[in-house]
This record gives sequence, structure tokens and C-alpha cells, in this order.
Amino acid sequence: MVNLIWVFLAVSGICYAAFNGTMDKVNEAIFLTIEESVMITLSLAGVLVFWLGLMKIAEEAGLLSGLAKLFKPIVKRIFPDIPENDPALGYILSNMTANMFGLGNAATPMGLKAMKEMKRLSGSDKASRSMITFLAINTSSLTLIPTTVIAIRMKYGSVDPTSIVAATIFATTISTIAALIIDRYFYYLRKKAGRAL
Amino acid sequence: MSIWLIPAVILIVLVTATIKRVPAYEVFVEGSKEGIQIAVSLLPFLLGMMVSIAIFQASGAMDAVLSLVKPLTSLFAVPEQILPLALIRPISGTAALSVTTELIRTFGPDSIIGQLASVMQGSTDTTLYIITVYFGAVGIRRMGDALKVGLLADLVGIIASIIIVIILFG
Repeated sequence: MVNLIWVFLAVSGICYAAFNGTMDKVNEAIFLTIEESVMITLSLAGVLVFWLGLMKIAEEAGLLSGLAKLFKPIVKRIFPDIPENDPALGYILSNMTANMFGLGNAATPMGLKAMKEMKRLSGSDKASRSMITFLAINTSSLTLIPTTVIAIRMKYGSVDPTSIVAATIFATTISTIAALIIDRYFYYLRKKAGRAL
Repeated sequence: MSIWLIPAVILIVLVTATIKRVPAYEVFVEGSKEGIQIAVSLLPFLLGMMVSIAIFQASGAMDAVLSLVKPLTSLFAVPEQILPLALIRPISGTAALSVTTELIRTFGPDSIIGQLASVMQGSTDTTLYIITVYFGAVGIRRMGDALKVGLLADLVGIIASIIIVIILFG
């Protein structure tokens, strides 16, 4: 599916530009974006190197398994195919905690590491059940304090920049619960069709 | 509060490690090496997806699609200005942030549209980016139902934020 989306975006963009005389803008955008993506990867590399280093210490010191043990009852239900006390659970939890506090920078390395651990468990290049669940939780956004939005609201002179926090938490909770339900439904369909991993 | 959070995490990890006699610095270097590998393996996925989205956006095709869908909103009594944000949010994080900023600047942060844009921006995430980055970095080629689940959850999040904002601020 992502193959189709990818090709569609580029092909329809180029065709549209051909008919509307915006090819110069397309050219410019291609080269700017190539640079931008390298810059993003580089700055992400710094964040990854730092947080994965720190998290390795946390893992060896037993902090990640402690975190996993603390939330075991909940997480076991959400990720039933990950064995108890597996390091994957620790990384999943650190990712979720970092997301909740709006530490997007620290959340991504933990999420990537969680994915790596889940791939170790499944040993396949196909997305496993827990990977899909993990992505569903992440895409529905767990952010409790939307710092970027609050900053923009302050910049444009809001009387109460944080007025949206309660509504955001409410909406996030609903979309996360919905994501879990939708994920379960698709798993049920896969299982019925005998394609469950 | 967030100023204290990251230093506090670092402090807790390092102090615990020292108490448990973990060779902190060596383990740090060992763990961080993996970061470089992940970043390098990420670049092709990120670059490819970003260029495709940029072509679509710069050509004007994205605006054309948005103007096509605009009349739909009047059917549901939802402010039509919010629709571009709802459509772009799952595809491109930077584009969504600029749309949100533009809406807040034009209509004011405390208007219903400003509040709606704020909540929508905060309660959903860029599904396409997350899937690209997370699956790309570990080499998952067959993504199963991930995209479908992510996009459907976005839809629920968008509808939920509209209803909640109208109830709370409308």
C-alpha cells in the first residue's frame, strides 16, 4: 500500500505541475527536500546516539525491566505476544512515557529500539502483531502536554494558551482507545483468515 | 517542569547504574553505537518519502485536492477552514504545523477555529512519517494492517477533536 501512495504522490505531482506550469517549484522542492532529509537524519542521529546510549545503561541497571514490571498488568493485555520481562517491553514503556510528557526527541530512539527488539522476537520482515499495535498507539499520539501548540498560541497572543490541554488529552485518549480497538479488530480479521503472525 | 524532566532522567539512570556497579560510560558507548546504524539505515526511507510528498505539495496538487474536498464540510456544519489540516495531518508533520500556525494567526488562537486547530494538532500524529521511520529503520518491508489502522485512528481522533471542541468552546 505504501508503494502505491509513494508512487501516486510523485507521479500525480509531476503531471499536475506539467499542466499548471509549476515545474520550477517542483524542481526546487526536490533538491531542498533532499538536503532537508539529510539534515533531519543527522540531527536525529545525534539524538539517537545519546538516548540509545543512556537507555542501554538504564537496561543494564535494571531500570527498564523495573518499568516493565510496574506496568505489567496493562502492557501484557496490550501486547500479549511479547514474553514477560522481555527488554522490548521496557523500551515500549519508555517510548510511551516520553511521548506522554512531550519529549518527542527522546521518544523516537526508544520507539526505534522497541521496534528492533520486536523484530528480534518475530524474526521476519513482516510487521508482527505487536508492531502494528505499537504503531497504532504511536500514530494516535499520546501527548498529554502539546508544547509546540502551546508555544504557537502564546506567540499569537492567546488569553489562555493552555486552554486546549484538557480537550487535547480527552481527544488523545479517545483516539488511542479507538486505535487499540481498530487494531484488535484487524487482528481478529487476520486470525479468521488464518494470516495471523 | 519539562526543563527538569530530561536532566532528572539522566540523573536517575546514572545514579542507579553507579549503585548497581554498571560500567556506565562503557555501556553508554556500546549502546549509542546502535544509534548511528539506525540513523544511517533510516535515511533512504525518510528521504524517499519526503521527496514524494514535496513534489505533490510544490506542484500545487495538494491544494487542488484540498479545494475539491472543501464543499463537503458544509454538509456537517464544521468550519471548512479546518479541513485542510485534517487531511494533511496524517501525511506531513511540517505541512500540518504550518497550516495550524496559519489558522491560529488568521483567526486568532482563542477563536473556535484556532482552538480546533490546536486540539487537532496536539491529539493526532503524522502516521505516514511514523510508519516510514519505525518500519524503515528496522527493515520491515511488509507492513500488514499498520497503515489502515493508523489512518482509521487518525479519522477517529479528528472527529473526536471536532466534537470535543464544539462541546467545550462552541
